[in-house]
Amino acid sequence: MYDQGKVVTGLAIFVIILTFPVWYNLGATQHVPKPELPKDVKKCVETSAFMRTSHMVLLNQWRDEVVRDENRKLVEVDGIQYTKSLQLGCMKCHPDRKKFCDECHTYTAVDPFCWDCHFQPKETK
Amino acid sequence: MLEKALVGNNKYWAWIFFLLGVISIGGLFYLYQYNYGLGATGMSRDVSWGIYIAQFTFMVGVAAGGVMLVLPYYIHDYKAFGKITILGEFMAIAAVAMCIMFITADLGQPMRIMNVILHPTPNSMLFWDMLVLNGYLFLNAICGWVILNAHNKGVPYPKWVKPFIYLSIPWAFSIHTVTAFLYCGLPGRHFWLTAILAPRFLASAFAAGPALLVLIAMLLKRVANFDAGEKAFQKLGTIITYAALANFFFLGLEFFVAYYSQLPGHMHTLDYLFWGHEEFDNLVLPMRFSLTIGLVATTMLLFPQIKKKEGMFALSCAMLFLSLWIDKGVGMVLGGFVPNPMGRITEYYPTVPEIGITLAVWAAGALILTILFKIAVTVAADDDH
Amino acid sequence: MDVKRRKFLKIAGLSAVAGLGVPSAFTNLLQGEALASSSGQGNPAEGHKPAGGHGGHGEESTGTQYGMVIDIKKFAEHQGLADRCINACHTEHNVPDFGNPKDEIKWIWTDDYAHGFTEHSQYKRNAGLNELPVLLTCNHCANPPCVRACPTQATFKNEVGVVVMDFHRCIGCRFCMAACPYGARSFNWRNPREKYANGNYKFYKNGVNPNYPTRMRGVVEKCNFCPERLAVGKLPACVEATGETKAMVFGNVNDPNSEIAKVLNSNFTIQRKPAAGTKPSVFYII
Repeated sequence: MYDQGKVVTGLAIFVIILTFPVWYNLGATQHVPKPELPKDVKKCVETSAFMRTSHMVLLNQWRDEVVRDENRKLVEVDGIQYTKSLQLGCMKCHPDRKKFCDECHTYTAVDPFCWDCHFQPKETK
Repeated sequence: MLEKALVGNNKYWAWIFFLLGVISIGGLFYLYQYNYGLGATGMSRDVSWGIYIAQFTFMVGVAAGGVMLVLPYYIHDYKAFGKITILGEFMAIAAVAMCIMFITADLGQPMRIMNVILHPTPNSMLFWDMLVLNGYLFLNAICGWVILNAHNKGVPYPKWVKPFIYLSIPWAFSIHTVTAFLYCGLPGRHFWLTAILAPRFLASAFAAGPALLVLIAMLLKRVANFDAGEKAFQKLGTIITYAALANFFFLGLEFFVAYYSQLPGHMHTLDYLFWGHEEFDNLVLPMRFSLTIGLVATTMLLFPQIKKKEGMFALSCAMLFLSLWIDKGVGMVLGGFVPNPMGRITEYYPTVPEIGITLAVWAAGALILTILFKIAVTVAADDDH
Repeated sequence: MDVKRRKFLKIAGLSAVAGLGVPSAFTNLLQGEALASSSGQGNPAEGHKPAGGHGGHGEESTGTQYGMVIDIKKFAEHQGLADRCINACHTEHNVPDFGNPKDEIKWIWTDDYAHGFTEHSQYKRNAGLNELPVLLTCNHCANPPCVRACPTQATFKNEVGVVVMDFHRCIGCRFCMAACPYGARSFNWRNPREKYANGNYKFYKNGVNPNYPTRMRGVVEKCNFCPERLAVGKLPACVEATGETKAMVFGNVNDPNSEIAKVLNSNFTIQRKPAAGTKPSVFYII
């Protein structure tokens, strides 16, 4: 093999960079997310399992219905009506972004741009 | 073949590192713009496109200009363009890459650029521009690379490239036509609302693109010992001359329609660009300068005895390129926003970060061009030995 | 929950565009219609078709088309009324105010007659007219050039004829700003949530409406005809601010029984830049 030294060094650097996230976090204890649930409300528009995996899909769908299809009909589940809105719907029961949303978002390293525009209940007071 | 770009003398590496330096500085400016927003530029509510989109428009022209070599060489079998055609194709690649960078630099939300593909919108000219520009990049990359590779191995290029070569010819016309459609399909912007905009764009492109190529090929003759051949230079000179004549003829038509009809909307922007409107005249000097050197250069090119002297030929090409750059890369886009829809005037001055980013995109284009030309020149040199 | 159905429709739609997009776009170009508007159409059986057509003159669309009549004489009679309208809108929608024209954002604003109606004759026109404030805003055109220009359908015409901005989708290319013949669109050149040293938002007159979001930097914004208010039976904020003066009348211009249709029928009204063929839905009584 030509340039054996260069090739092996190059490969080694590549492997180190590729595995960087693994060994960088080695030994660091992970804080398990515990989103704060509302105390007095027990029900949401969907099951916890669904919300955990697919709340962003639901939010996108609501957004498109409200903004694009001019369909602002309230969502009724088990006799309770909900507004299709993050700011005026979801955050009525989950008012604290830090203790609810960010808890998992930080853990999974996602950074949705919801709060670039939408107010949290506390923010404007 | 890429390894050929990794061998070079000190001057070559100095040039590469100079370009990388300019790109890094521009990169820092872009970081600032990305974090602050497009308010870092001189653009405003009234002049909502600035130097980025103006440069983009001009570079589409440079890219389309490559077809002025591809067409004679592959369709008319014009042998004198044998050595220089590959340079035309590679210049088109660098120019389209610059177009894509300018568009990206101009976006308010660059992270959402894929929305153009995610929500395809055939009634938007920007959607079509995205398609034709990427298509042209692909076609030139295929044709240029495969043909040079075959040349490198000393074999004739494979037959399957032929359809791509033929397709790239009408495609070159399409990229600049669609770019003109971005402007000339907008009601209420009278300066752009002219059916002659696409032909004007093409004429200026077919002058500016080859003019730049002549200058670069002359440089290669000195620094890289690559001679495209006197016949190729002279023929390019003829192409540039006629394209420039067409360009100024079209510009004259715009003047006639505006000032003979006396329609206010048609006159306002021309007034602003060439005479100044009320106290606003920051583009008058550059526009008059552009028109003057453009006409002088075209006249010079009309005389064979001037064109045959290398220095004079280079000078006229440089003057013409600068003239067309000011006309299209500055006046065309900025002028279209004056006056604004309420008939008021806002003038635009690019900011330091904006100029830094613009220079970095030019440097990135020059880097792509240098690497591609280095490969092409090395292949040609191997051929001679 | 019909997430799956939605996903399927999206994929089906995408492949349809891939297969049919080219010829259908061509047809649409020939007909001069905004394809994007079809996404917001109601039931085709109602006979609603995208407004537009050749030249943009005369043809009537039959679907809902919200519009507005602005009586500029009434604004002269009621001093400060125009400012109250602007105030109502800009406070309602958390419109930022950076205090310089370069970063300016406005949904509704005033100018004089000569600048509001640039393509109407100013020759020997009575001088007094220029003293009156003329409210200018998005015209919610029946044939909007901005919708045609947008490469992502971030701006589109919805089923009640409002030209809407979807701030979530805008990529900030500003093609719509070049396309609008009325200068109705603004761009967020910087973060609209900037605060003063004292912690107040740099919003219009420092007013914050906690029930309406802001925008983010890098997107285009403009008047949306207050769909969130219409949905709960309120009038747009600016119209509400005119109270009982009747300086602004809002409604469905295609419904012959609506108040606005009656006003249009019994008054001579003009529109801005009629020659652009955009069919503006904002009318002026001069």
